[in-house]
Amino acid sequence: MITKEVISPPGAPNETFVINLGPQHPATHGVLRVKIVMDGEYVVRAEPICGYIHRMQEKMGENRTYAQFLPNTSRIDYLSAMTYTHGFVGAVERAAKLQVPPRAEYIRVITSEMNRISSHLVWWGAFLLDLGGFTPLLYAFDDREKILDLLEAITGSRLTYSYYRIGGLYNDVDDDFIKGTREFIAQMRPRLKMYRSLVTDNIILRKRLIEIGPISKEMCRKYGATGPVIRGSGIPYDVRKVEPYSAYPEFDFLVPTCEEGDSMARYLVRMEEMVQSLRIIEQALDKLPSGPVMAEKVPRVLKLPAGDYCYAVEAARGRFAVRIVSDNKEIPYRVKLRTPSLSNLSLFEEASAGMLLPDALALMGSLDLVIPDIDR
Amino acid sequence: MEPAPTPPPSPALPNALAHLPIPFQAVDYAAKGYHLDATVNPDQVVDVVSLLDKEGLALDTITGVDWMAQGQMEVVYDFFHLSKALRVVVRTRVPRDNPEVPTIQKVFPGANWHERETHDFFGIRFLGHPNLTPFLLPEDATFHPLRKDFVS
Repeated sequence: MITKEVISPPGAPNETFVINLGPQHPATHGVLRVKIVMDGEYVVRAEPICGYIHRMQEKMGENRTYAQFLPNTSRIDYLSAMTYTHGFVGAVERAAKLQVPPRAEYIRVITSEMNRISSHLVWWGAFLLDLGGFTPLLYAFDDREKILDLLEAITGSRLTYSYYRIGGLYNDVDDDFIKGTREFIAQMRPRLKMYRSLVTDNIILRKRLIEIGPISKEMCRKYGATGPVIRGSGIPYDVRKVEPYSAYPEFDFLVPTCEEGDSMARYLVRMEEMVQSLRIIEQALDKLPSGPVMAEKVPRVLKLPAGDYCYAVEAARGRFAVRIVSDNKEIPYRVKLRTPSLSNLSLFEEASAGMLLPDALALMGSLDLVIPDIDR
Repeated sequence: MEPAPTPPPSPALPNALAHLPIPFQAVDYAAKGYHLDATVNPDQVVDVVSLLDKEGLALDTITGVDWMAQGQMEVVYDFFHLSKALRVVVRTRVPRDNPEVPTIQKVFPGANWHERETHDFFGIRFLGHPNLTPFLLPEDATFHPLRKDFVS
């Protein structure tokens, strides 16, 4: 990385100016505003200003029942809605001591991993678009379309799924879904190989990403960064392994990490995660148990015992955790949503200081931000 | 690949941080979703959090709960371990009419945004915070929507 100290000629005027990135800017992928103090082409201080699409989801959690709040949780990170509804129903099931049938847990794993791949594909296309490459986006959306079609057939939605229900699933998967998913795995594997030779090994991409925006292990810990960000800094933290939930302990998969901590490391981690997600889906399809997909005797209106309950999942962007505080009423006393994008972005000000503006935007793209996930 | 860590056994609940001078209670993870829970005084928060920092825990989140009937606000700090199943909750309670607690953003810089958000939603003031301005709410907001007596 070229830093200011290296390049600034002696005697250069010490003047700064402020530019506003956003809140409507293509590089921020949503209504994020970043106030950047610049010294020439270099970032002195980049302060993200959040809240432009704040919807007060947590207040909505306090004025409706648990089942009524469920659709809200799929509208936080709209690109990985499955994992978010999983976090919420998981917290409710933990509090109500509901036993989810094994078939439902397996289908949850399958659909969550498909959602992870579709989310990573959107990131991949949009990130390369930020860096000036248009074509990969079309390939990414072609692949993603297949996932959306498969999920639409069983869930009824293409993006904001409320497929997981408290105690199980909305409905069972059919043979067409299983056959279609196997076909998708067979198609996707060569596509990922092709992306590696066409895009990942491209010298221009590598020069744009290698050694750009390094994030240290310590910075990840201090800011609570998770997901591909922390794994790109060499820490194999994955909720699916560290705090295993659902049926994940029954599958064999790796947690990809990269020691470098630069933007390329985060890129490589996400690309390898898609390979691992395909492995998980394949194993889950092979071992898919039969049986019901809904727990028995789930009350129509739930009253959770007083206390607080947490549930964390590995969403596409990292650790998503729900805390429910119950006072034994039909409506939650408090619902806290801990979202990965907020923590991942919070390190941007420290990490981007001294970078060239286009490099800072590469760093921002490598964080894979979803703005409603920050603002909630 | 290392095997997935097994969840802690339910009946015996060891306190993995028993060597620290923090009044932790071991919690059944399967029932609650976290392992250790401690309630401390507001003036002990920074010291407790510093000890957890030295143990290598990462900051998960900070939030509040308004216990209006008791006239108190609860501030909840969540931490997670980077390599083992260890989730730690630290709580403190402050009077509802004067909710003040010291900032921990010198220990965990990531607390900066979480504390601003908690200030937005509950009006809890984090003493020593460098920039306790509205974070998610409009810049001229003077209301705190997650207070139980808030009416829109």
